[in-house]
Amino acid sequence: MASCKDNEQDPRVHGIAAAIRVVPDFPKKGIMFRDITTLLLNPKAFRNAVDLFVERYLGKDITVVAGIEARGLIFGPPIALAIGAKFIPLRKPKKLPGEVISEKYDLEYGSDCLEMHVGAVQPGDRALVVDDLIATGGTLCAAMNLLERAGANVVEFACVIELPELKGRDKLKGKPLHILVESR
Amino acid sequence: MHLYFFGMLSLSFLHKVPLIRSPLLPQPSSTSRLSPSLLCFHKPSFRLPSIRSMASEGAEDHRLKRIASTIRVIPDFPKPGILFQDITTLLLEPEAFRDTIDMLVERYRDKGISVVAGVEARGFIFGPPIALAIGAKFVPLRKPKKLPGEVISEEYSLEYGTDKMEMHVGAVQAGERALVVDDLIATGGTLAAAMRLLERVGAEVVECACVIELPELKGRDKLDGRPLFVLVKAA
Repeated sequence: MASCKDNEQDPRVHGIAAAIRVVPDFPKKGIMFRDITTLLLNPKAFRNAVDLFVERYLGKDITVVAGIEARGLIFGPPIALAIGAKFIPLRKPKKLPGEVISEKYDLEYGSDCLEMHVGAVQPGDRALVVDDLIATGGTLCAAMNLLERAGANVVEFACVIELPELKGRDKLKGKPLHILVESR
Repeated sequence: MHLYFFGMLSLSFLHKVPLIRSPLLPQPSSTSRLSPSLLCFHKPSFRLPSIRSMASEGAEDHRLKRIASTIRVIPDFPKPGILFQDITTLLLEPEAFRDTIDMLVERYRDKGISVVAGVEARGFIFGPPIALAIGAKFVPLRKPKKLPGEVISEEYSLEYGTDKMEMHVGAVQAGERALVVDDLIATGGTLAAAMRLLERVGAEVVECACVIELPELKGRDKLDGRPLFVLVKAA
């Protein structure tokens, strides 16, 4: 796990990277799974991770933080609370009650859907999309599409970890991505 | 633009409040206030707890009223006959969401709690901010096959059939004092399973905390005498 170039100067990032564990062959053989639950077991490192995002986004007039189920629901709300933004969960199908809009995206085999509540976002809202990790970028791209369909402006994507070899950034239509650690 | 249908939940926490129904559009919140306190457990919350407790009844009542008023009820979800208590509208009101967390943090910050366990998925929204503010670990309790690495598993009953809840081996040590967090307690099956997982590894479950209780479903009875704290009760 390497610190992202943006944050190389910040001493907090090393502790964050060190707290993330890699679990081989999960969810299937050949995949090296980056597990943030060990970061959550380290209160100082977890707090530092949230602080790094909050420091970046305070004063940027972000009105919405959208977190992607499930691990984006862990990192998004503390950021939203600290910067005074709404928090919107983006969820797998049939989890959100009430009226939703839905965006399909591709998986390695097949496809999946991400949903957002109708009315959660107003046109003109400035949105931050949060997830624990960006891999291929499919999920984040679906999140961006949902928010833009509702009239929001996606200002940036924020993830703890990037797997740069999977080139997820290319799916983000040129929108900035901010990460804390790179993992190869 | 759609109107949200808000139900005012009865607040038996302090005194009975009549059930009011008023359609409300979620309003854009006022510009953000700095709240570094939620992230830093060394500094006091910018809403000083001591002032809150002196003004006690009035101030707390105001916060609870606002929290309750932001929760919407969705009929017939996930199936006909169920009135679903939807907290996503609470999350759209930054001040109400902040009040929810602040009230829970005020209760737990001096209780020596070292672990906050949140039940997937909505427990992931409320648990981490509490954990961060009180300096505790956060442990996600998840549906089967979601957690990588070695897990322990606890089965619990559903209306039809059973489900399983998992926790990472090694996340919690024997002797730790734990808080279990979820958005809502209904029948209590999920919370009871969460408690059993923690107790199996030797932790002490100090309390279960939920935003909402459905008291008619008697979920408290499943908690084996462990205390339950809720902010609002829904008739």
